[in-house]
Amino acid sequence: MKQRGSFIERLSSTQIVYLVALLTLIVGAVLVGSIGRNFFSQGNISSILTGTSVLGFIAIGQTLVILAGSLDLSVPYVTSLASLVAAGVMANNPGNVLPGVVLTLGAAAVIGLANGLIVARLNVHGFIATLGMGLIISGFLATNFKGSFGQTPLSFRLIGATGLGPVPISTIIMLACAGLAMLLLHRTRMGHHLYAVGGDISVARTSGIRVDLPVITAHVICSLLAGMAGLLLASRLGVGSPTVGSQGGYDLLSIAAVVLGGTLLAGGKGTITGTLGGVLIFAMLDNIMSVMQINPFLKDVVRGVVIVVAVAVYARRRTVTRPERFSAKASAESPAAEPARAERP
Amino acid sequence: MENPELNGTASIPGGLTQGSAAPTPLLEVRGLTKSFFGIPVLEDAHLTLHRGQVHGLVGENGAGKSTLMKVLAGVYQPDAGTVLLDGREVRFSHPTKAHEAGLSSVFQEFNLLPDRTVAENIYLGREPRRGVLVNKSLMNGKTAELLQSLGITAIRPTAQVRSLTVAEQQVVEIAKAVSYDARIVSMDEPTAALAGAEVELLYQIVSRLRDRGTGILYVSHRLRELFDLCDVITVLKDGRVVSTGPASELDDARLVRLMVGRPIWAFFPDKLPRTDSDAEGTNAEGAVVSAKPILELQGAGNGQLDGISFSVQPGEIVGLAGLQGSGRTELLHAIFGAAPFNRGTMKVEGREVLPKTPREGVRARMALITEDRKAEGLSLNQSILNNALTVIRSVFPRRTGAVQTEIPGVFSSLEVVARDLDQEVQYLSGGNQQKVVLAKWLAIRPRLVLLDEPTRGIDVGAKVAVYRLMRTLAAEGKAILMASSELPEVIGMSDRILVMRDGRLAGELPAGTSEEAVLQLGTGARTAPGGGT
Repeated sequence: MKQRGSFIERLSSTQIVYLVALLTLIVGAVLVGSIGRNFFSQGNISSILTGTSVLGFIAIGQTLVILAGSLDLSVPYVTSLASLVAAGVMANNPGNVLPGVVLTLGAAAVIGLANGLIVARLNVHGFIATLGMGLIISGFLATNFKGSFGQTPLSFRLIGATGLGPVPISTIIMLACAGLAMLLLHRTRMGHHLYAVGGDISVARTSGIRVDLPVITAHVICSLLAGMAGLLLASRLGVGSPTVGSQGGYDLLSIAAVVLGGTLLAGGKGTITGTLGGVLIFAMLDNIMSVMQINPFLKDVVRGVVIVVAVAVYARRRTVTRPERFSAKASAESPAAEPARAERP
Repeated sequence: MENPELNGTASIPGGLTQGSAAPTPLLEVRGLTKSFFGIPVLEDAHLTLHRGQVHGLVGENGAGKSTLMKVLAGVYQPDAGTVLLDGREVRFSHPTKAHEAGLSSVFQEFNLLPDRTVAENIYLGREPRRGVLVNKSLMNGKTAELLQSLGITAIRPTAQVRSLTVAEQQVVEIAKAVSYDARIVSMDEPTAALAGAEVELLYQIVSRLRDRGTGILYVSHRLRELFDLCDVITVLKDGRVVSTGPASELDDARLVRLMVGRPIWAFFPDKLPRTDSDAEGTNAEGAVVSAKPILELQGAGNGQLDGISFSVQPGEIVGLAGLQGSGRTELLHAIFGAAPFNRGTMKVEGREVLPKTPREGVRARMALITEDRKAEGLSLNQSILNNALTVIRSVFPRRTGAVQTEIPGVFSSLEVVARDLDQEVQYLSGGNQQKVVLAKWLAIRPRLVLLDEPTRGIDVGAKVAVYRLMRTLAAEGKAILMASSELPEVIGMSDRILVMRDGRLAGELPAGTSEEAVLQLGTGARTAPGGGT
């Protein structure tokens, strides 16, 4: 028991995530193999990776927002809106792909900017600000769109359908975005300041950082990435849908992936790499349970258990900070019965 | 007497800069005035700091020291008065402006990000770049150079701040202040969280800075440090400068008198005669003859402690000394059940008790006054009354009503200065906050009172009130175990002193021992203290 505890304590949270991912992989392979299917078939791997891309985009953005000490609950609605804007503007015309993409991302960025400004300038907590923004967008969508809308041209649909070997193009684009986000976080001043603002805003302020900027930037990028997810869904479905985001439950699922990836919900500590691990675990779990045809209710139970256990492990690690000085039987070696050696003259 | 650094102070005199034909001072403050909500906290303050000088700033809590520092740092804007830097008037609208002008501050609260590296913390907001990217190797290299210039080699620039000791974090904080090419560094109680050898490290850094010609403003409650380090000492009282002059013309007694504006007193109140009914077990001197000990430990230990055996008698004040990290706090927490023992025996009033949670500790009639009152002792945005009733409400709810009626009396006997009992604790001074913590624990009528740094960061007046309270509690037959890094306090108040080292009891010293003896035992310099009484 003790041995295992100290082993886990020596690992970084990112290492734990990938250890859990590996475990999921092994368990998945065994379970899927037990019903006579191949977990590692090209088709299945491709299906898992496809599952990572939509959540991946959103979770990367969510990581930035959470690191900056905020939260974004409006992402699923931004995703739905993006799919509608894209399909609507493209209207099955290959010449409209570029304006469609630009307008979609532009709309997403504007929503992100609004979120960021509300959080940073009006001092409304991200939870509330983006909850409100999400409600506004969902109200707009529900009243103006009764079902699917617009159509994406074949050339655009190919993005969601093709791949390099088993790796879908969408996953590659998502990983490229992840790479850019890492570069931003670790190699630019903005990234350093983002960690600082999320870690302790007053320290950041007294260090001369303009504390609004990282928060606004994180929100804009998060919405942009939710827009990317909307583009991808429009490409896959061929149409825009007002409910595609909320059906996916991407708000809470992305937060779960981020936290599963070892990022502190309070901000200031965490990595994109960890988040990708969290996304991968969710994608594999989904795949395994679909292949095994497990009852959808049980799916959510498994997801829920994974999240809670992971965070409990991290919480435990955070409380045990100091190494033990004495083992449980140390007193056997020392003269326990002897009272404090009096040094009186 | 035992301080080599005293000689250092004498040989690098502040008098030198003062004596030469009035050079333009590095910093001059004239007529500085600042009020909050119409209450003046700084009135007509003046101060002159020269190159290579350490200027001590003392005063009771609320005397205006921190306000003065924050005005200089650009955190607050003064209502009136001027600040001259190299003879030119300056006004800092933002902390960054002060940094740019070469004036850096190390505040009392830690201003570091624990999850970032040393280098990332020091260069936060000014990360060196190559193109748009942060140049990490340059940043780490510059950090290493900076630390080396302060004589520090043990701290790696890439280490996470969380992994450093409190003293090392303090060093990083100072390094950060210096890294702004500071010509003036102001430090607000830089040693408040340090003990013993760690203070030496700070002394070393301060003298290095002074030798470079940096002007240093040094705020401290510890009088010894002021005499060891400072060339000039300015005393503030109620927002006004009451005295400023060479440190060599002052001594402890005069300084205390200037600070409190009252005639010098016996800093540590005398012992009181026992007043409780079962004091028959004591002789005329008050010494315990055969009373049952309130606390008895036998070979107790856990992950941080080992082989702890001692006892505390009713009416006894036992001091717990030792260096930072020696296990003082851990021992108090173990006795109380906050970080319980996992071996050995513990008896409270003869009954075997081994509390596993603080709740069990409270049920055994123990009180723990923690060292960090803001984080562990108080709910800052709750009222005084709610804070005072926290423990009794949760552990002995049926007695809450009775206690509530006593609270006003308790507060007036503790001389708590507050508007009324509904005032939020965050608006009280440190000393008054500490009294609220004490009141909260007295409500359970503890038999054993565990005090951890009971006078940290509180003014002289409040300190004396805490000492008096300790004497009263002892006279009532309660047992007191007090951990403190302030040796005069341990020696002045304790009937016996237990010295800890590396999680074990290193030995016991009688009342009135010397600081040297305690230090020798605590550092393990010599097992048998040569000069120990």
